[in-house]
Amino acid sequence: MSSIPTLLILLAGLFILLQFAPGDTVDALMAQMGGGDPAQAAELRRFYGLEGSAAVRLLDYLWRLVRLDLGFSAIYNKPVATVILERLPATLMLMLSALSFAFFAGMLLGIVSAQRVNGWADTLISLLGLLFYATPSFWLGLMSIVVFSIWLAWLPPGGLYEIGSGATGIWLVLDIARHLIQPTITLALIFLAIYLRIMRASMLEVSTLDFVRTARAKGLTRGEIVRRHVLRNALLPMVTLIGLQAGTMLGGSVVIESVFSLPGIGRLAYESVVQRDLNTLLGIVFVSAVMVICVNFIVDLIYARLDPRISAGA
Amino acid sequence: MKALKHFLMSPAAMLGLVLLVVIIGLALFADVLYPRDPLGLAGRPLQWPNPAGRFLLGTDASGRDIAAQIAHGARTTLLMGIVSTLIAIVIGIVIGALAGFYGGLTDDVLMRLTEAFQTLPNFILLLVLVVVVGSNMTAVTIAIGVVSWPAVARLTRAEFLTLRNREFVQACRTLGLTNRWIIFREVLPNALAPIIVYGSVVMATAILLESALAFLDLSDPNIASWGNLIGQGRKVLRSEWYVSAIPGVAILLTILSVSLVGQGLNDALNPRLRNR
Repeated sequence: MSSIPTLLILLAGLFILLQFAPGDTVDALMAQMGGGDPAQAAELRRFYGLEGSAAVRLLDYLWRLVRLDLGFSAIYNKPVATVILERLPATLMLMLSALSFAFFAGMLLGIVSAQRVNGWADTLISLLGLLFYATPSFWLGLMSIVVFSIWLAWLPPGGLYEIGSGATGIWLVLDIARHLIQPTITLALIFLAIYLRIMRASMLEVSTLDFVRTARAKGLTRGEIVRRHVLRNALLPMVTLIGLQAGTMLGGSVVIESVFSLPGIGRLAYESVVQRDLNTLLGIVFVSAVMVICVNFIVDLIYARLDPRISAGA
Repeated sequence: MKALKHFLMSPAAMLGLVLLVVIIGLALFADVLYPRDPLGLAGRPLQWPNPAGRFLLGTDASGRDIAAQIAHGARTTLLMGIVSTLIAIVIGIVIGALAGFYGGLTDDVLMRLTEAFQTLPNFILLLVLVVVVGSNMTAVTIAIGVVSWPAVARLTRAEFLTLRNREFVQACRTLGLTNRWIIFREVLPNALAPIIVYGSVVMATAILLESALAFLDLSDPNIASWGNLIGQGRKVLRSEWYVSAIPGVAILLTILSVSLVGQGLNDALNPRLRNR
């Protein structure tokens, strides 16, 4: 929470920076309309609050931000907040599914890997992790479309749901899930590689500690030691990583949403760059920073639950 | 020397080094291997890769030689990767060193700044910067460096925190050396090894950022780039998937080589962690 004032300062900095951007929304709009005279451009600028000195506009912008008013998008002809809210569900679903997949698959593979260090399974898993880490997600997405959507025709190549199918209720949920399989896996693999590496190292670290030796001396089986004693302690660094990676994952969703044409805020960010919709772009920066702060808040709560020695207040 | 020997003995690190040398060679000799403009028309469009024919890796939808674009793209990728990594490391070292060495208010302010930067998703921040500075190669390289420094700053700060009260630093103080001398000539050399190793992670990320930007057509369109080629290939993905597939493999191998070398360096320089 302490990062909110700094965040506002940073947003102000970005706002000022964007004043130097060549071309504004009105230029993009005029280009879309096929040109127009300067008088019309001035009229449009006045309408969208783009005239006046930078300082006045900055103060105006910050004041609106405090009231959670993100401004008006000239391109979509709607308030920015509405545009972003419409696009938020797709991104949230993608993030949540990719994060859980990366976390749990990484955890499992890390545990398996740590059981027999330098055995064949460990080597194979480490090798896979290395490959996943080096693969650009957007390329993997395209290749996955070629294999699973074009050759095998198992999965849809893009979109959030089948348009015109009229599915509702459980069928709609299943349809969306089917559409999210490919984006989730391609976005998650790079994070899976990181989680797996951390989990393995963390398991090895914890299993050398005294209480594990005690547990072994007590006659507990290997599985019991892992489940009851090692796992909980080994999970701490994994949870830290969720907070650290939240922003990166949100950034990664920009390309993934573009590859799979998902209507999320990542793709909205890209579209607003192309269309010079600076209000929307700044709004996305603000919303994504708020999302990252929320994730970190939740991570702190989980942390306190996993390790009672850490209190959430501290 | 022991570290070097350990590095050379590790098969993974050597594999990475060999790969990296090949890619660097490709970048250096791109002009010799493919003297013509890699973005110029070379032949009939969409010819499949053919080791026996004129185009080893085929041509793309605009009739440009893919092999030539891969060779010249290696140059773009490495140059942008290395320069933006250097920028990130320099910014990170300066901020981390000042925060760690002086502590107190300086530390508070600089770390707040670092945190705020880490709260913003780096790719989205990069998009904002690209809107402002434009899409030419220099601007994009600087922008990637500017979004990549926070982790380096944190690492440098942590190193400085453990070093700043060591005896050799106190000895420097009693000798009356200036703070600037102590920071850059005494503490920094001792803190540098882990930072350089971390440089491989920064570089891998920088290459990914650049290729993603080029894929979205937001990087310099006048330079042969792997990411851009993947984006071009997307339009013919259904039938001529090789146009996208080939440059992706090039990116994969480059990042793989950088991270293998980085990991090898890490193992060689941190003997304690060797058997992990």
